[in-house]
Amino acid sequence: MFIAIAIILAIVSIAGAIMAIHHKKLSVAIIASGLVSLTASVMFLLLAAPDVALTEASIGSGLTTIIFFYALNKIRNNHD
Amino acid sequence: MIKKLLIVGLLAGVAFMFYGLLISYNGTETLTGLGSYYAQNGAREVGAANLVSSIVVTYRGLDTLGEVTILFLAAAIIGFVLKLKKDEVLEARPVRETSELLTSASQVIVPVIFLVGVYIFINGHLTPGGGFQGGAVIASGVLLMLLANPTMHISHNIVATIESISGIAFVAIGILGIVLAGGFLDNRLLPLGEFGTLLSAGAIPLIYIFIGLKVGAELSNIIGTISYNQNEKPN
Repeated sequence: MFIAIAIILAIVSIAGAIMAIHHKKLSVAIIASGLVSLTASVMFLLLAAPDVALTEASIGSGLTTIIFFYALNKIRNNHD
Repeated sequence: MIKKLLIVGLLAGVAFMFYGLLISYNGTETLTGLGSYYAQNGAREVGAANLVSSIVVTYRGLDTLGEVTILFLAAAIIGFVLKLKKDEVLEARPVRETSELLTSASQVIVPVIFLVGVYIFINGHLTPGGGFQGGAVIASGVLLMLLANPTMHISHNIVATIESISGIAFVAIGILGIVLAGGFLDNRLLPLGEFGTLLSAGAIPLIYIFIGLKVGAELSNIIGTISYNQNEKPN
């Protein structure tokens, strides 16, 4: 059971990483990179490291994603 | 063509390194020397129910001080680089109207998020989490407030005051540890108390409160600076 969940998480994580690099729409790519952090955080929780999981969930998939969106907004404003 | 070959070569090199790691991995079930010392003596010497906290705050407290300093430097550099001059600021930047759902929900959820953040760093010595995690949760509450109300301005003075007071207090507790207990950041300057209760583990809850406030203020400041920087005139 544990290994099955871990493998599913790993597949989702790799798919998210590939999507973050190759997707044409930048906003989708940012969400995909947040998804990688989210799966990593669940993985940390499964590996009995709740402290690291908390950090990864709040910083990796929360703050970083929004900061990327702020940067994206700024780039768009400068290119109009 | 050469570029592709280089990429393949690089991947092969990385695979080679990881292959070496994988071969030497034998999945030991027992702890190594330092780990077993922490596991055996951590609860008795430090008195924190969360062993990770006792390592992060007491045994490796100096490293935590370094991490907090790095975060402070990052916040300072972001503030320095993204600072806007007076003539670069738009008076009223065009803001997309936020949805009713987001504004109402944020008014309900933001106090709860702040409470959860404070809970995480006050209980850092008992349950998973601690100053950094609690601070990050508080900063995500600030972020939600900013998303619901994009023109909100975070007062730089309040953030700077909280940040510097808690930074000074953290170092002062560390120096008090030299005077009253065994060394820098030693948590035994306060009584260890009963194992597993809120007022236990000596100075760890106090240190975690200051780290939590400091990290929360720094991350909020970073978000506030980046958000304010959106007001820059397009060039």
